[in-house]
Amino acid sequence: MARNSVILVLASVLLASIALVCDSAAIFNPISDAHRSAALELFSPSDGSFGSLEETYEAIRTFEALRVNRILKCELNDKAFAGIVTRLKDSVNAANSLLDFYHSIGGLTLIKDQTSEVDVHLEDADRIFRSIKALSQSDGRWRYSSNNPESSTYAAGIALETLAGVVSLASSEIDHSLVATLKNDIMKLFDGVERYDDGAYYFDEKFVDAHGHQDPLSASSSVVRGITAFATATGESLNLPGDKTLGLAKFFLGIEIPGSAKDLYHQIDALACLENSRVSVPLILSLPATVLSVSRKDQLEVRVNTVLGSASPPLSVKLMQIFSSGSKDASVIDQELKFDPERAVHVLETLPENVDVGKYIFSFEISLQDPEHKKRYMTGGRTKVPVYITGVIEVNNAEIAVLDSDIGSIELQKKLDLSGENDVALSANHLQKLRLSFQLNTPLGHTFKPHQVFLKLRHESGVEHIFVVGNSGKKFEIILDFLGLVEKFFYLSGKYDIQLTVGDSVMENSFLRPLGHVELDLPDAPEKAARPPPQPIDPYSRYGPKAEITHIFRAPEKRPPRELSLAFSGLVLLPFFGFLAGLLRLRANLKNFPRSTVPATFAILFHLGIASVLLLYALFWFKLDLFTTLKALGFLGIFLMFVGHRTLSHLASVSAKLKSA
Amino acid sequence: MGRSTTSKDAEALFHSLHSAYASTPTNLKIIDLYIMFAVVTAVIQVVYMAIVGSFPFNSFLSGELSCVGTAVLAVCLRIQVNKENKEFKDLPPERAFADFVLCNLVLHLVIMNFLG
Repeated sequence: MARNSVILVLASVLLASIALVCDSAAIFNPISDAHRSAALELFSPSDGSFGSLEETYEAIRTFEALRVNRILKCELNDKAFAGIVTRLKDSVNAANSLLDFYHSIGGLTLIKDQTSEVDVHLEDADRIFRSIKALSQSDGRWRYSSNNPESSTYAAGIALETLAGVVSLASSEIDHSLVATLKNDIMKLFDGVERYDDGAYYFDEKFVDAHGHQDPLSASSSVVRGITAFATATGESLNLPGDKTLGLAKFFLGIEIPGSAKDLYHQIDALACLENSRVSVPLILSLPATVLSVSRKDQLEVRVNTVLGSASPPLSVKLMQIFSSGSKDASVIDQELKFDPERAVHVLETLPENVDVGKYIFSFEISLQDPEHKKRYMTGGRTKVPVYITGVIEVNNAEIAVLDSDIGSIELQKKLDLSGENDVALSANHLQKLRLSFQLNTPLGHTFKPHQVFLKLRHESGVEHIFVVGNSGKKFEIILDFLGLVEKFFYLSGKYDIQLTVGDSVMENSFLRPLGHVELDLPDAPEKAARPPPQPIDPYSRYGPKAEITHIFRAPEKRPPRELSLAFSGLVLLPFFGFLAGLLRLRANLKNFPRSTVPATFAILFHLGIASVLLLYALFWFKLDLFTTLKALGFLGIFLMFVGHRTLSHLASVSAKLKSA
Repeated sequence: MGRSTTSKDAEALFHSLHSAYASTPTNLKIIDLYIMFAVVTAVIQVVYMAIVGSFPFNSFLSGELSCVGTAVLAVCLRIQVNKENKEFKDLPPERAFADFVLCNLVLHLVIMNFLG
């Protein structure tokens, strides 16, 4: 637990300081193996096939740029090519939007690279060039089509790539003035480039079209592709500002490994264009380790590569300046690093003498040895890199003492060894003071001020009090006057464990150490004194199993014995038999039942009707619902009314005749 | 002596009642018999409930009310059918019987609904 919290504290300090330093300088690393494995993952699609042609194409281009392997080598016959070329040329002539031009010219360029048998040259290249150029805007951006007034940076990249294709496909030389105006456009486009604080440049995209918003990554990637393609096709030198090209490379590298295959394609494709371009190849300076230990005598190593991680031309690296964090002043070093050809790193064998533990920004300068290379490669002036110098901090003169309050005389004093285990046992009352003091020194002998120095007193009941230990001059010292603290301590007498925390991101031996305990004798709490806060419950118990929920079911009602119920069922029938017997005794008969056919039929139907209604009731009890029953009852009731009326009126007329007779 | 006189008086009373009842028309006797049947059935159910308890109470009530209800309806029928009753002189007994049947059907529809 204690060790974990130290690590946590240190980690947060480290993060905070990295965030601070990143404002002014940042590290950009060249493409690494992580990118290569990310690219390999592109080729293991989940369902065994790619979603669309576009995805496949982009995946292959990413893969090729990384030179993992050339995996596809399709053989197509020239006849098929000839047919495709005719169609593409037709669509070039009929095209009226930028994307039409882009796809058809791009297709022709690809075919040109595939085969030399088919004639892909454009006859009226000048006219096509002009019609694409007509879509350009004064700020160097392009429109997608002539009836769309919005201009876009992404479109500018596409247009440049298309125009490069036109130039390479042209059967005759393109008008030179056209190329010159285009170069001018590119310069204007670069005027609109935006800059991050860390020196990365990117092209922002403000235009939102039906295809959705193109983010800065795709816009910048598109422009880089367009420019490099144009420079390659025309053979012109564009004289682009070196820091901006390098800044673009830094922008792509700063993304590290993007989440989506599309972004990875944009990133790697643009970097590959920069690496292979005729424009200018950016060189990236990176440090394999930015945390160096003075105690271990680590050497400062610097690596210079191209963006994709290839070796750089012969060059020398100089450490120019060292800024210590927090202060503006810099010490000028101007020391050249020694090149280790085996590992291809530049090594600074010994750190400058005045570099103590702490956070620094090292400023490097790359100088190319061959003057030819100076034109071709871009180093971007000085590169600032944040570096952490760590070391083992010496802890000296640690002692803990109990003082008498009035005169300050020492009652009890004990030496502490803060590099090892301690278990002091002290006792004090509320009229005394506790003093803890120690010194911290860096390996160079300077006073070290760590980020965190805390003293913690923990009562048996779990109540904790944390004090910040301040430093006065060379010494760290804290004096706890218990008289002023009784209220804060909630008048809790008893054993308090003492714990000291000293931590910093550059301190290799940061520690959290129990020192022992102090037995405090505090006065009894007055009535109104604050109660100690309830201790937080153990966070682990919060995720533990909950108490089991028991369900209470209603106990089933007591039922009578089966035999008793059956006996009473039989008993209930007895009165019915008694009723029948009584009828026999009374000599009841059916002599009054109508004899003639029609009234007899009605009488029988009447009785059947009553029986059926009773049967319906029985069905209602067993399975039917109320609505079905009422519907059926309605029909039966009407029938019963009819036959009942006929039967009873017949009987009434018969009895009336008898009376009158 | 006194005791035998009491029993004799009671005997004489029963005898006179019996002879008076003998002159009652047969159709009224049949209705009386039906009422007796319904009431005795109701009493048997009450006894059953007294022995085993009132659960399920709605079933008990249904059975009880079915018997008592039909007995009451039969009493009404008897009142209407009786020739001695001058109040219902104009009402033919067939009409009274039709009412009895109709009321019984309605009663038992409710009973069946309540039976559960």
